[in-house]
Amino acid sequence: MSSHAIPLKEATIRNRQGLWLFFLTEVFLFGSFFVLRFSLWGDTRPELEQTAGLIATFVLLVSSLAMNRAEVAIAHGDKTKFRNNILVTFVLGAIFLGMILVYEWGALLGLHGEVLGIPVGHILPGDGVYGSVLYLMTGAHALHVLGGLVFIAITLFKGMRGDLTVKDHFFAEACALYWHFVDLVWVFFYPALYLIGHVVDIH
Amino acid sequence: MSAHAHDGPRKGMILHGGTKLSDYFIFNTDHKVIGIQYFITSVFFFMIGGALAMLIRAELLTPNSDLGNYLGDGYEYNSLFTMHGSVMIFLWVIPILAAFANYLLPIQVGADDMAFPKLNATSYWTYFLGSVVMMAAFFVGRPAEQPLLWNIAVALVAIGTIMMLFGTFRVVGWMQMVGISLLSMGVFILWGPTAAAGNITILLTVLTVLMFVIGGRFGTERTSAYVLGCSLLILALCNLLGGASLGIPGAAAGGWTAYPPLSASQTANAPDGQTLWIIAVYILGMASQLGAINMIVTVARMRAPGLTMGRLPLFVWTVLAQSILVIGGTPVLGGTGLALLFERLYGMTFFTPADGGSALTYQHLFWFYSHPAVYIMVLPAMGLISEIFPILSKKPVFGYKAIAGSSMGITFFGFLVWGHHMFTSGMSPWLLMSFMLGSMAIGVPTGIKIFNWIATLWGGKITINSPMLFALGFLAMFVIGGVSGIMLAAVPFDLHVHDTYFVVAHFHYVLFGGTVFGVYGATYFWFPKVTGRMYNEPLGIIHWVLNFVGFNLAFLPMHWLGMMGMARRIGVYPEEFQYVNQLSSFGAFLLGIAAVPWLINLVWSAYRGKEAVGNPWGGLSLEWQTSSPPPIENFPEVPTVTHGPYDYGKGIKPPIVEELPAFQPIPAPAAD
Ligand code: HEM
Ligand SMILES: [Cu+2]
Repeated sequence: MSSHAIPLKEATIRNRQGLWLFFLTEVFLFGSFFVLRFSLWGDTRPELEQTAGLIATFVLLVSSLAMNRAEVAIAHGDKTKFRNNILVTFVLGAIFLGMILVYEWGALLGLHGEVLGIPVGHILPGDGVYGSVLYLMTGAHALHVLGGLVFIAITLFKGMRGDLTVKDHFFAEACALYWHFVDLVWVFFYPALYLIGHVVDIH
Repeated sequence: MSAHAHDGPRKGMILHGGTKLSDYFIFNTDHKVIGIQYFITSVFFFMIGGALAMLIRAELLTPNSDLGNYLGDGYEYNSLFTMHGSVMIFLWVIPILAAFANYLLPIQVGADDMAFPKLNATSYWTYFLGSVVMMAAFFVGRPAEQPLLWNIAVALVAIGTIMMLFGTFRVVGWMQMVGISLLSMGVFILWGPTAAAGNITILLTVLTVLMFVIGGRFGTERTSAYVLGCSLLILALCNLLGGASLGIPGAAAGGWTAYPPLSASQTANAPDGQTLWIIAVYILGMASQLGAINMIVTVARMRAPGLTMGRLPLFVWTVLAQSILVIGGTPVLGGTGLALLFERLYGMTFFTPADGGSALTYQHLFWFYSHPAVYIMVLPAMGLISEIFPILSKKPVFGYKAIAGSSMGITFFGFLVWGHHMFTSGMSPWLLMSFMLGSMAIGVPTGIKIFNWIATLWGGKITINSPMLFALGFLAMFVIGGVSGIMLAAVPFDLHVHDTYFVVAHFHYVLFGGTVFGVYGATYFWFPKVTGRMYNEPLGIIHWVLNFVGFNLAFLPMHWLGMMGMARRIGVYPEEFQYVNQLSSFGAFLLGIAAVPWLINLVWSAYRGKEAVGNPWGGLSLEWQTSSPPPIENFPEVPTVTHGPYDYGKGIKPPIVEELPAFQPIPAPAAD
């Protein structure tokens, strides 16, 4: 009968292509948020907590590095190294998410004052175009990070159960690619939200 | 997809392949079944969209308001044309093309299925879900203040949730079904014009998706049938309840373009209907995107040996181009829709100028999707007739590379011309100019197609039958729509006729005269392939005559109306337009009646038609080299391609024209 059993290599190529096409749709989705950012904010931006932004960005970038090490480890069948690195990725990702929630969404979550010496966020989604775009962009990104954390957890679980082999570990590859993609989006979001334009009083 | 994909008709617990009627009603991963599911569902919505069109034209028979205007704000008429346009575009044209792409594309590339069969089935069911949400809008409204009903509703939600959860986890199908139904009944009674409505819909959506996942993973395949049943029940129950307890039905009324600030307003028109509309469009967009990814990977990886890109049937090329447009355009609509939704539900500001937002940004983003969307809606139809012309005139297609390449050209330029919808919205003159020139330039690849089709027909042995007549109809009508399109691309002209009936005439010539004619022709052309039986030719010709006359009678006069200055989207108009409007309405009614012979033909012939052979038209592409209908795995063995799809007159004998019983694989053709 015709191509009934698809060879592993071929299946992997198809999955990989599908994944990249999915990223392409995501590029256009995030692109529409960019258009909103630049058309509604122009060369202004609200005041955000710079220290928190810088640390969060750094944390996310380091997590990508750990993710890469985890992927390389599973490709070589090194389970311990895989586990350690993917755990680091998970923790760093969770820290990033927490920082966004506290230092950007703080006002919405009812926080006041400072957490760990850094002032919490003071902007609400109802604060005109500034609050709206900020929450739309960080929210969309945070949802992707959350999805990534779930993805990482499943990868860890699969890896430890022995489902990911040296020959067949596309799942880990997909997880890593997805995580890098989410990081890359932030690399563009961070300057758009934190750096470009001059600060204006949003109230 | 796992490596051990196809073990017979079933893959694990999920059904694959349609051997009996009930196989068509559930989560089924066979692309042919999915194609038919898409077909039936979208034809159903075509009828609904058509019925709405009949109501529009009935209202327009007289200058004053006939169908009722209870609130005095023209809401009824507004929601009529909004839902007509939305149903036609999102629930009929786009999915009917997906139906053909799903059914034909894998066979035409010589594959046994799509690259991701489960994802494919998920696309269909996502579309189904979106259509339910879109339709639900008809039945939500302003709930009457009835305490008894309120209590019942709360009880229904509680009991429904418990039953649904229990049913899902213990895999007790009927319980799950009853649970979801009770839950949704309750939700729809509780519905108020509040933000909660949106939240609940999102919740319901997530729940339903979860049902699919859980059903597919742990349940029996019947679970999905229950989900389908539930969705239908939701609709039916909403209908009943809507009639019993709600006041005015509240479908969206902001036009199919949903321009803010009107569509962002919490009070104008029907707030819940508008919210549901946005959610529905988002879900439907997801379905398209999943489908597009699948199509591209299928073409990239699953072509039969010997089937080079230069030997792909032209339909495959157009689906490829369409998929690229979907990938680049639809997510932008999704992002914009999300922003609009949040603006409605959570008091955020993006598009309402009064609050500091920018309505113009919405228009830019919307048309960045929706201009490519017009090609999403027409390219595959061009592909369909590109198959019909050469095969029914037994000539190699003229300018294969030009036709295939022009699809890609249209795709590229399609992303650069969205501004021609916004000439009156205000933009800088140099932008006006470049959008104008770009829009005119896009006429070039389209013209290339037209001339190549004509050259293909030229001197051919043309078979005049229903598919050919409709394809010729496409050609003629599309030229009219194309020419009025070039007229509209000229800024000075557009400033005069923008938002008049001239525009309505233009896009119906393209969408109905083009796409729908092409789809009509294609249903006849591939009818023997799909059903294994022949359609009724005289009935098909009657259908064509009624359609052709009705269509032109309905839409040609609209050009005049527009030039005379009649605005679109109005239910009440100055008396001097009445005569032409009546002409148009009678044409429209004729056009409505024209669908009847088509439906009769489809249903009757599917059961009683003459048995068809594997290759009734003498086609050379792969779908004609297997039985009618094809077996579940499409080909008995992987076919090898040794020639182009339209290589007539080169001594290649069209394979297999003798009669063969259904489901019998036909031997592969002898290559020369
Ligand atoms: C049965 C034949 C049809 C008739 C008689 C018909 C009639 C009409 C009329 C009179 C309008 C203008 C309403 C107004 O502006 O006040 C309209 C709008 C529209 N129609 Fe059709 N139509 C038909 C089929 C279709 C088809 C097949 C499509 C798409 C594939 C379609 C897509 C649209 C769209 C997108 C609008 C614009 C809605 C809006 O303004 O928001 N129609 N139709
Ligand atoms: Cu356009």
